[in-house]
Amino acid sequence: MTDSQPLGEMLRERGVSRRAFLKYASYMASLMALPPAAAATMAQSLAQARRQSVIWLSFQECTGCTESLARSFSPSLEEMIFDLISLDYHHTLQAVSGEAAEQARRQAMRDHKGKYIVIVDGSVPTAGGGVYSAIAGQSNVAMLAETVEHAAAVIAVGTCAAFGGLPEADPNPTGAVPVSKLVMGKPLINIPGCPPMPQAMAGTLVHLLSFGKPPELDALLRPLAFFGETIHDRCYRRQFYKRGLFAKSFDDAGARKGWCLYELGCKGPVTYNACASLKWNGGVSFPIQSGHGCIGCSEPRFWDRGGLYKALPTGTGERRRVVPIAAAGGAALGVAAAALARGRLAAAASKEAK
Amino acid sequence: MELLDFARGPALDFAMLVFVLGVTWRLVGVLLLPRLRDRSAPREGAPPRLVGALRAIVRRMWPRKEFIQVTLFSTINSYVFHLGLAIVVFGLAAHIVFIHDLFGLSWPSLPSDLVFGVGVITLAALVAALVRRLTHPVLRLLSGPSDYLSWLLTTLPVLTGLLATAQIGARYETLLAAHILSIAAFLIWFPFGKLMHAFLFAFSRGATGMRFSHRGVKV
Repeated sequence: MTDSQPLGEMLRERGVSRRAFLKYASYMASLMALPPAAAATMAQSLAQARRQSVIWLSFQECTGCTESLARSFSPSLEEMIFDLISLDYHHTLQAVSGEAAEQARRQAMRDHKGKYIVIVDGSVPTAGGGVYSAIAGQSNVAMLAETVEHAAAVIAVGTCAAFGGLPEADPNPTGAVPVSKLVMGKPLINIPGCPPMPQAMAGTLVHLLSFGKPPELDALLRPLAFFGETIHDRCYRRQFYKRGLFAKSFDDAGARKGWCLYELGCKGPVTYNACASLKWNGGVSFPIQSGHGCIGCSEPRFWDRGGLYKALPTGTGERRRVVPIAAAGGAALGVAAAALARGRLAAAASKEAK
Repeated sequence: MELLDFARGPALDFAMLVFVLGVTWRLVGVLLLPRLRDRSAPREGAPPRLVGALRAIVRRMWPRKEFIQVTLFSTINSYVFHLGLAIVVFGLAAHIVFIHDLFGLSWPSLPSDLVFGVGVITLAALVAALVRRLTHPVLRLLSGPSDYLSWLLTTLPVLTGLLATAQIGARYETLLAAHILSIAAFLIWFPFGKLMHAFLFAFSRGATGMRFSHRGVKV
């Protein structure tokens, strides 16, 4: 098996039947909501493509994104992505370590200049010259700049890489920023989520490999195929929302009956992701099905938006403090206005008496 | 989503500040004004002043039969959109959650589809009220920019609320932000225009009732 071998040939040698390969292409095409004819095009393009060199950079992250893809539901179709790519650098999955690992990254950058894909998980700390996170003596900022310089495309996986995530949460001591703040002039795709759905990561990569261009993206650079609809749009509990049946606490009768979790802070109506339709662990379940509201993890600043359990229509400010202060101020103004009127009236009366 | 954060946070805080300050200012200012003493002898069988006031508040909820013909449309249309607004504001689950967060009060909600239907009827009645204002020669003459602003700021929350529920025209978070911002604008204008009648109508009717029930002869 060599990287110059077409993928179709290589997979045949590894015992992957044509039928299984076509099934994979159809699955990926349907995941991406592509028309049926695209599955054949995808299969054809993939069979002729060479193994794609991928450099995976892990910065301020928890490895959940890698876990999501690598341990999605074994054996899974999402996992097959590892047969289609040459993962030349990845802290968790590579065999080598230390200088040899860094050597492998630089070797891949030289060998596939202008053609390799960079995947980033984790946000990038910029405070103090990027001192808060370094790999092999190189700050994350410097490593990102060096690696993306000759990349064909950059994919930010996970909310930390896509939007800053937890490291960027207030007060953001490390000055964490998303990849989009540092990478300019390259095709960039965000696949947020904490962690992101394995289907979204695999589907986006397969689309890049098959068609040589990113899939259709939304304003936040997320693939529309996976982030085109809200969790609420596809939630099986939506019927309860429409009927006005809501759980008031996590252990009341409504919660046991599976009623809508909107009043318990579910962010499903403003969260774009495919959890409700594709589900997790091989289609077994997703957070709302397990009885917990959506926390909106695939949206920017989800950690700082007034609390995970704060219902969506409620304010996030200081109104409980504002109202008494405003009432006291208004009452004082009212008393002053009335006193002024009484004073004028009294003055007019005394003038009349004279 | 940034717009929604602004709407839920600083915009709503500022609107609430202006609303509470303005309403308290006007109410306290009006209620502390010196009262004109009525030194005339009460008419025969005059009710206590408070009863006279309460009677007028209730009686004037419907026009006297002499005026029904002339005011039938505006009376019924006003009832439609006032009741509609009450059902929408106090019946929708999202609004109850908002009120509960603010005052700790809660009650069962109505089905979303039912509230949506009421919202559509309310919007139609508000449009009808505007059309009448624009086409009725006397009403048009009496109307100023402040009246049209009051109409606009009452209608916008209904319209944006319906659009947000039906998800028409933009993404849900944008529509929700527009809805919250329109409510913020409504709250800011409320104490300074005729929207204040929601609080003052009872006092003005009551004052008239007190005076009328005290003087003259019983009709």
